[in-house]
Amino acid sequence: MNRRGKLALGVLSAIHAAAGFAGFLAPYEPSTQHREHALAAPTRIVLRGLTVTAVLPAPGGTSEFPVRWLRRTEDGWHLFTVDEPGKIFLLGTDSLGRDQWSRLLHGARISLFSGVLAALLAGLIGTVLGLLAGYYSGWCDRVVTQVGDIFLALPWLYLLLGARAALPLDASPLVVLSGLLAVMGIAGWPRPARLVRGMALSLRERHYVMAARGFGAGHTYILTRHILPPVWPAVAEFVCLAIPQFVMAEVTLSFLGLGLSEPAASWGTMLAAFARLDAMTGAPWLAAPAAALALVSLCYRGLLSSGTRRGGGEPERG
Amino acid sequence: MRFLLTRALRGAGLVAAVAVLGFLMMEAAPGDFLTDLRSSPGIPTATVEQMQRDSSLDRPVWSRLVSWIRSLLSGDLGVSLIWHRPVADLVWPRACNTALLSLTGLSGAWLVGVPLAALSAARSGSWVSRAASLLVSALVALPDLLVALLVLLTAVSTRWIPVSGSLAGAGFALALIALPAVYRHTYSSMRMAMGEPFVESARAHGLPPVRVWTGHILPAAAGPLISLLGLSFSSLLSASLLVEVVLGWPGLGPLLLEAVAARDQHVVLAGVVLSAGLLAAASLLIDLLLVLCDPRIRRDGL
Repeated sequence: MNRRGKLALGVLSAIHAAAGFAGFLAPYEPSTQHREHALAAPTRIVLRGLTVTAVLPAPGGTSEFPVRWLRRTEDGWHLFTVDEPGKIFLLGTDSLGRDQWSRLLHGARISLFSGVLAALLAGLIGTVLGLLAGYYSGWCDRVVTQVGDIFLALPWLYLLLGARAALPLDASPLVVLSGLLAVMGIAGWPRPARLVRGMALSLRERHYVMAARGFGAGHTYILTRHILPPVWPAVAEFVCLAIPQFVMAEVTLSFLGLGLSEPAASWGTMLAAFARLDAMTGAPWLAAPAAALALVSLCYRGLLSSGTRRGGGEPERG
Repeated sequence: MRFLLTRALRGAGLVAAVAVLGFLMMEAAPGDFLTDLRSSPGIPTATVEQMQRDSSLDRPVWSRLVSWIRSLLSGDLGVSLIWHRPVADLVWPRACNTALLSLTGLSGAWLVGVPLAALSAARSGSWVSRAASLLVSALVALPDLLVALLVLLTAVSTRWIPVSGSLAGAGFALALIALPAVYRHTYSSMRMAMGEPFVESARAHGLPPVRVWTGHILPAAAGPLISLLGLSFSSLLSASLLVEVVLGWPGLGPLLLEAVAARDQHVVLAGVVLSAGLLAAASLLIDLLLVLCDPRIRRDGL
């Protein structure tokens, strides 16, 4: 891996770790509304002597609050916070007065990890169907291939919307999230299925598989011991390559209002708040999720390009 | 001719398959428009049952599937449950708008991308080529949604682009999204064509560089370029949906979105089927272009 790939990997790990420790790194809960601070600009942070201080606008001037490190409040430990009535909004607040920094971290949890889970699910469904199609062939193969071709023929966003139309809209967040994962998994299975089918088709003609069959091995045994092991790495590679696409799928669905609904935070719902015309001109700090998304997508791209370059073709430089 | 005919038949079969599969998927889904209606307290049960009979949602699945296919063949897409209008009336103008936007975006991307790529391929290493490849890398790294938002932001803050609901703004955004694919495909197929032996020999015969380009390199690069672009139509339609929603262009996207939110099955199905239809039409167009451009396909029938 070259230097760029390492950098991308480092940044991505940091972002994912930050999402994992969102509750600790965020000073507030993602849905807490500070109504009196609606659409507040990012809080100014200055150094007074050796204490980091948050400067808040107050009637007739400003008031200053020292930042407290590693404090325990009613909702657990926080890396930093300020004493009431002071507030600290690193990235400002939205129109309901919710802290953008906290929402960004908690939203990353949903957007990034649902991307990973959806990619895994698509890989799993694709592997099972691809194995069935490639190993058993016959009508099973025909059905899987044809249906997969139909799925691949549709534009992915239309496919996602069509599949989303099958789900109830207002349910508990957990139900909606698992429904979304199912939708993305269903929309994404044909590619890995095609990959696995091709491999299974050639693997089942190998001599060691024939030999196993000659010794009287059952289908389950052959599938798990001889066909699956060489297929796994290819599926794993597919899953890794597909993660950024599935992250974008979640963000897009939430942006369109078909993912997790308010007050749950997702980068998509935050972007939708930014896309309103008054927010674009009046509250540019609401663009933070766009910047985060661009960074994540850039890093994934850097990681993938450094990975593929090692694999073949161009010689490595630097 | 036979080649085109088989392609057309295949496209039609695909659209039909999408229609049937979509219908079955909607059926398998838990709940529908009427279940949602039933759970809302303000509507009497009798009304819901009347609606159920009117939209014939009380008949078994297979009979509805048959009647749906039959009405689909006659161009009737059913009646929208929320707008109380024939779906065809709702969907057709929107689909035309989507096609218009896609064509605008695509031709914009071609008009900028192809000359830019040709210039970069001819003068590799010059500042034009470097600037172009930098721009394209940036556009590739940004997700479609962000590009659309960026265009909206530029429109709102500078007023260079008309803000909302205009073909110019939406077309510009879509052209930006489609540009990287056009640029990269053109660039690589031109570089490939430049290395062909017939280009060498044309140069050796002393043809002026302009004639070598227009007479030999461009025609040779056109074939792979066109067929590669045919493959990118599907992502173009997806991007177009996003652009329509973000920039307020009245295409299929916003309609489909509202229909999904209200669980209006007929409109959703019609939208999805139409998107498949647009895609099939586009790929047929590409095949036609290929046949016109490349005499080898005409002769061998591919």
